This record gives sequence, C-alpha cells and structure tokens, in this order.
Amino acid sequence: MSYCRQEDLSELLHLMSCMVGKDRIIFATKEDHETPSSAELVADDPDDPYEEQGLILPNGDINWNCPCLGGMASGPCGEQFKSAFSCFHYSTEEIKGSDCVDQFRAMQECMQKYPDLYPQEDENEEKSSKDLETTSEEASGAKEEKGSS
Amino acid sequence: MFLCRGALARALRPPPRGRAQAGTLLQRWNVPPDLQLSRQVAGTGVPGEKGSNSVFVLIVGLSTLGAGAYVYKTLKENKERFTSRISSITTRSRDEEASPSAPGAHSKVPSHVPFLLIGGGTAAFAAARSIRARDPGARVLIVSEDPALPYMRPPLSKELWFSDDPDVTETLRFKQWNGKERSIYFQPPSFYVPVQDLPSVENGGVAVLCGKKVGTALAVVPTAFAKQSLGSKLVLNPWRCKVVHMDVRGNTVKLNDGTQISYDKCLIATGGTPRNLPAIERAGKDVQKRLTLFRKIEDFRSLEKISREVKSITIIGGGFLGSELACALGRRARTRGLEVIQLFPENGNMGKVLPEYLSNWTTEKVRREGVNVLPNAVVKSVSVSGNRLVIKLKDGRKVETDHIVAAVGLEPNVELAKSAGLEVDSDFGGFRVNAELQARSNIWVAGDAACFYDIKLGRRRVEHHDHAVVSGRLAGENMTGAAKPYWHQSMFWSDLGPNVGYEAIGLVDSSLPTVGVFAKATAKDTPKSATEQSGTGIRSESETEAEASEVHISQSSSPTPQVPKQGEDYGKGVIFYLRDKVVVGIVLWNIFNRMPIARKIIKDGEEHEDLNEVAKLFNIHED
Repeated sequence: MSYCRQEDLSELLHLMSCMVGKDRIIFATKEDHETPSSAELVADDPDDPYEEQGLILPNGDINWNCPCLGGMASGPCGEQFKSAFSCFHYSTEEIKGSDCVDQFRAMQECMQKYPDLYPQEDENEEKSSKDLETTSEEASGAKEEKGSS
Repeated sequence: MFLCRGALARALRPPPRGRAQAGTLLQRWNVPPDLQLSRQVAGTGVPGEKGSNSVFVLIVGLSTLGAGAYVYKTLKENKERFTSRISSITTRSRDEEASPSAPGAHSKVPSHVPFLLIGGGTAAFAAARSIRARDPGARVLIVSEDPALPYMRPPLSKELWFSDDPDVTETLRFKQWNGKERSIYFQPPSFYVPVQDLPSVENGGVAVLCGKKVGTALAVVPTAFAKQSLGSKLVLNPWRCKVVHMDVRGNTVKLNDGTQISYDKCLIATGGTPRNLPAIERAGKDVQKRLTLFRKIEDFRSLEKISREVKSITIIGGGFLGSELACALGRRARTRGLEVIQLFPENGNMGKVLPEYLSNWTTEKVRREGVNVLPNAVVKSVSVSGNRLVIKLKDGRKVETDHIVAAVGLEPNVELAKSAGLEVDSDFGGFRVNAELQARSNIWVAGDAACFYDIKLGRRRVEHHDHAVVSGRLAGENMTGAAKPYWHQSMFWSDLGPNVGYEAIGLVDSSLPTVGVFAKATAKDTPKSATEQSGTGIRSESETEAEASEVHISQSSSPTPQVPKQGEDYGKGVIFYLRDKVVVGIVLWNIFNRMPIARKIIKDGEEHEDLNEVAKLFNIHED
C-alpha cells in the first residue's frame, strides 16, 4: 500500500499516519504543524574550529576561503584584492577605507587586465564596492551579535 | 648428481646459431673458466677412493651447481633487461611522435611545483581555489586527462538539455530559470596561468596541464610515423596528460610522456570512469558503437547529436544519472518523436535512494515526462539485428532500440594506488583516507575517488557534486596546514523534470527505516521557483554554505486545514532516514532553502522520539 487509509488515523495525534513495511508515512496539515516544535536542538559553539566559518573568523581575521567571496581572493588579482579588502577591514578612519585608495586602485588596474574574469569595469566597480559594503556589513553585524551574546 | 648434471647441462646450453655473425655481446656466451675447471675436476674424481674424496666431490659439485645457476640467472636477467629497454625506447619514441603534448609543453613543464593536483574536475578546482585563498602567491599545477578546463557536471544531465540555444553544445552556457546565464566552466581560460609561466609569475596562480577549452580549434598533427602506421588517417591529438606513476617516497610523479614533476603537496582527485554492463562488454564492436557511457562534455555533445538522429534511445540504469537523462530526453521525445525507454533492475526510479512508496510515485512522474519506464528489467544480452539493437532481458522481454546510454555506476580511478603504494578500500572502492582526507604524508584525496571517514556517519565514499566541492575545499585547507576533519556535511539534489525536485543530505539509503512527513504541494513548490527565490542557478551554491545557528519557528496566521485524501499526492515534505533512532539522512521533497536546518539535525546526531516534531522545524506548509 502506498497510501494511508482512514482506518489508520491516529486518534491521539490527529495525524494521518501509517506504516508501509519499514517506512512510516505521516500526512500533516498546516494546523498539525502550528504548535511550536518540541524537538530539541543542540546549541552551537560559535568558536568551533571545525565549523565552516563565515567571512570573519572568531579571532577577527578575514576568512579568505569563505565561499561568499567567490573566486575573488584566489584569482590572478587575488593579492590585490586581499590587500585592498584587508586595509578596508582594519581601517579606523571616519570614512572607512578612505586610507586604502592606493590598494583599491591597484586592484582595479589588475582587474582591468582580465575583462572576462572581472566583467566590465563600471559594473565591476559597482559590484566590488557593493560586495565589500554588504560583506563588511554582514561582518560587523556578525561581530556585534557575537559581542553581545 | 643427476640434478647437478641437469643444471650443468642447462648452464652449458649451446649458444644460438650464427652467433658469430648476428650475436650481440649479451647473446654471446662464453663458458666461464671456473666452470670448465670444476667440470674437469668433478670428472676426475676417482670412485672408490676414501670418504674424504666423496665429500670433496660433493662440495665441488654443489658449488658448481650454485655457480652455474648464478651465471644462468645473470645472463637471463641481462637479456630481459635488454629487451625491455629496447622495447621501452621504441614505444616511447612512438608515443612521442604519435601524441606530442601541447606545443612546447614537454620541455616547459616545471620540474617542481609546490602544489600538484592530479585530476582536473570539481574537487581539484575547489582545492586550487582553497589553496590560493589561504596561501598567498601559491603556485598550483593541475594535471588533467580531460582536455577541457575544469567544469561542473550537473548541467550536463540537466540544464543544458533544457536550453533553447541552438549553439548550446558549443557554448556550454545555460540560462537558468532565474534568467542568469553562466558557463559550465568554473572560470574562463584567462583565469589560468600558462604552464611555462607558473614558476615565475609574480603572485603565483593555477595552471592546467594539458587543458584546452573544448570547442576551440584543436591542432591536427600528422607525423611521418603516424601516417606510416595508420595509413593516410590523420592523428587528431586531444593533448591528454595523464599521471601514470607516483613515487611517494621521492615526492615525484611521472606523466604518460615520461616527464617527471616533483611536488611538496599532492592531491589525487582522479574521479571515476563510468561502469559498463558485462552483457554489453561481451557484445562486440557493433554494439559498442551504439553505446554512450555518460560523464564528460564530449559525451553530452555526442548524445545530443544522436538524440536528433535516431528514433529510439534506451537508458539502462534507474539512479540519478539515468533518471535525469531519461527525463531530459523524454522532453525531446515529445517535440521530436523520439522514443525514450528506461530500464533497470529495481522496482522504481531511485529505488536505492527513496522509500518504495516514493520511488513508485517518482516512476509515475518520469512516465509522465514521456519515458517508457521498464522496472524489474535485468539485461541478459545485447545484439545487433538489421540496423537496430536488440536487448534481451532475463525475463524474456525484448527491447528494440537504436542507441543505448548506460548509467550503471562509477568505477573510481585508483590506478595510481599501485605505484604509489596507497590503500584502496574494499567495501566502497576508492583511495582510503582518514577523516582529514589524507592518504599519506603530503598526499590527500578528494572527490569521487576518496573513501574517507566521516566523523558523524562513518566511512563512506560520495559521488556528488557538492561533496566534490566540500572535500576539495577541505583538502586544499589541509594542504595549507589546517588539519580539519570532514565536518561540513555535503548535500545533493536532483530534478526530475520541472515539477519534481528534491534535495538531500547524509546517508540516503532506501534500505534504512524512514519516516516521511508530507503536506500537499501548491504550484509554488517547484524547483523552478526555488531558484527564482534564491537568486542562484545551481542550488548547491545557495544551500551549501549556510548552516542554521538559530531556527525560527514562525507562527502561522489563519490556518486552512486541508486533510489529505486517500491516495494523495506526495506533493512536498521531508523524509528522515534513521539508524538506531538517530537521523542520518534527510530528503527535502519539493521544499527548498531549508538545507541548513537539515544539516543541523544531522550534525546534532540526537535521538528524536517523535519525528513529526522534528518535521515542524521545516515549515513544510510554508512557501
């Protein structure tokens, strides 16, 4: 039988449930799943060294291997990208990154040499600066969360 | 004495005739003087003398025997060594002429690279990226047998078939449902550094030997030798580079053209080769001509062409690849009048992955995609009749078709294990590595070829795209000093047409007891909408990286209870695979973007009494 019969309705749970050999099938309505789950999940250790880290490591360093960076840190312009982004990350200026103009320029120059890797200058400029903004926002957001917890 | 005489006789075998003229130094054979002496001495032993004489004779005889045997052995070895050397020289020169590597590659391959990656697929590329990210200025050499630069395989059996672009076989670009277009290649050719520049390029880089983007013009190299041996047929050389020997103690590898490369750290990511059915292997060349073993770009191209030319294609195999190809071809069946048949031994599609009720439901769906599915079919023999193939099944049924695609599993490529002295796993196949993917000092293995220890789920070998990415990345991290075990659980996904799709994680084996919790599917719950929502084309990109640190249980507003009726569709839901009450595998059936929660549950490894409660965490009724 590959479907559940009315007769197998579990009185207690108001769920339709039956066994097909070793496999249990449960049909649940939206109502059935309304109440909060009683399943317990193990609390996560944010400093677990085995876990896949986000963009910022627990010690504050940048995780260059974060999948969120795509291939930016590993491509031909990887070194320029790393120095520009590091400078930005550690910048304490009022306008964050304003002291990193040289590094960003070097990065841009490098990226211009590979138009099909870093498509179109303008788009790339926008994209890379937008990426940096969002990733640094995420990063600072994550840091704040950790700080408060 | 008899023995002695026999040995002597062998040792004193007359040299071959005509040795005076033709013989080389090794074939000329001189009776060593000491042997002659001892023969004479033995001969002159007068019988009847005292015991000391016979002892003396015995000693002399034995030493003669020993000397004779030694001489014979040395000469034989010399001869063997000579002939083998001659043959290796001739074959090497023949190989070099017939298959010249990329122009100048032979002389310009660096003799040493810090990071050597054997294999140029997904795992190797992920490792290269990881190494470059962590080790500034790293120089990475990928040696790949596939002439194409590193690319991803999933679209070869999915998205590329659904493309509207008539040039898709050339461009290998596909427009995803969210409108974003991308190539199956991980990076364009400009990402890679030319091989000869690798040691000197300023910030290091990744070079691929002998990768060449398929689709650009290949050099046609007719050599005098090749023309001679193959008549007037030109030799098309696809510039293949293969590592054929590995010296683990010396940290060097040897390529098929004899080039030696030494390394500091090495990754073996050789992947696998599609298996073939014994019945087909026995069947002969005429059948083999009409067979596709699907894995690479060239297989996709050739099958795509064939699907436009023949009237009937049969797919043997009911797993992921077989079912995906069946659905992809089935779609063409409707527009082009192509007959698509799929046959396999199990009771239903994905019979080894999904519980029986779901496997049966899936089979019906595949049928609705236009495929003639024949379950419980075991191939007995295949033959050619007229211009068609005839497949005879063990139960007596016969299937007539024009072309066969065999998708019956993957054999991991472990040839290097022999020369490298690496362990091969007898249960799962592949190179046996530890939880950190290490086989020996300085050697790691990742991807399809790695049989590794998963701390949570035990020893396993996984043949999925995301696993190649995760394990490749981990191997790259460990090659640059991280020493991390396999921890981040990889996922996999499959689509059976645009209306049925699922994602899965962990041990998804239909022989395990399962608990499935289902709700009714709405039009919004399809793979199409999943990619639109997440904004990425390949689902693993959106699912792979995140893990839920907090799980939000949202309060639904006004409930509209819908009690499923008898024989209800398994529209959407979640299926838990259990081992001793612990969830070891999860299938998300037509619900998407919930992989982080699934990953968390498996990572926890807790015993849950009521899986319906766990299912609540997935909000299966929500969009």
